[in-house]
Amino acid sequence: MLLPILFIFFSIAVLGFALLVVTTRNMFHAALFLVGALFGVAALYILLEAEFLAVVQILIYVGAIATLIVFAIMLSRNMMRRDIRAANDQWVEGAVAAVLLFALLVLVLSRASWPTVTAAAPPDAIPGIGKALVSDYVIPFEVASVLLLVGMVGAIIIARERE
Amino acid sequence: MVIPLAWYLIVAAALFCIGLYGALARRNAIGILMGIELMLNAVNINLVAFWRYVRPQMLTGQLFAIFVMTVAAAEVAVGLALVIAIYRSRDTVNVEEIDLLRG
Repeated sequence: MLLPILFIFFSIAVLGFALLVVTTRNMFHAALFLVGALFGVAALYILLEAEFLAVVQILIYVGAIATLIVFAIMLSRNMMRRDIRAANDQWVEGAVAAVLLFALLVLVLSRASWPTVTAAAPPDAIPGIGKALVSDYVIPFEVASVLLLVGMVGAIIIARERE
Repeated sequence: MVIPLAWYLIVAAALFCIGLYGALARRNAIGILMGIELMLNAVNINLVAFWRYVRPQMLTGQLFAIFVMTVAAAEVAVGLALVIAIYRSRDTVNVEEIDLLRG
């Protein structure tokens, strides 16, 4: 009985924080709400018994990405006081598109059925992930490392001050 | 009681649509990036939920989620660098005023 209560609690937290992220005027507050939403997603991973992913989520998203976003907001600071409106001129169309997509997805999900199994999660998932990353998935793994390197060098070059 | 798979999928769909609204309706370029992060998280919830409920013995879902996170990290680093570069040259991060390519 505890699991559904936890699930509903964390789902409402994630969706509530996400709504605040996209509607708050102050970008700095939006970044803090984003951290809350990312923690909630990590909690959902734990409910799904993907503990490794929950830790990775907190390390990468909360530890790195959210910090980077906060830095970028502070570096572009005068946006915060000049920007009164949070939404642009097409927010009505955007809201309509989002609601229609959600209605479509719920319609599809309510009709579909998946071959779910009730097997327990494998106890050796974390060693399995480690082995898979250096055997079956070694090429995506190496490509991801090159991508991160290129992204890092590119970010430094683009954001560098030019004389 | 086991939580049904559809609950996770509906939460992920709602999160994706909220992120879509953020990406479409925000004026601030950093706000758009935050919306994209929410959408990527929704996709990851789907991947992990399908791993847990359909193929728990294969780790493909979790591995894909890890690769999505890697790409998201690279994407946000380059995206924020672009925002800072635009802010330096145009003194704004409002996407309605960034119209260098408008004919």
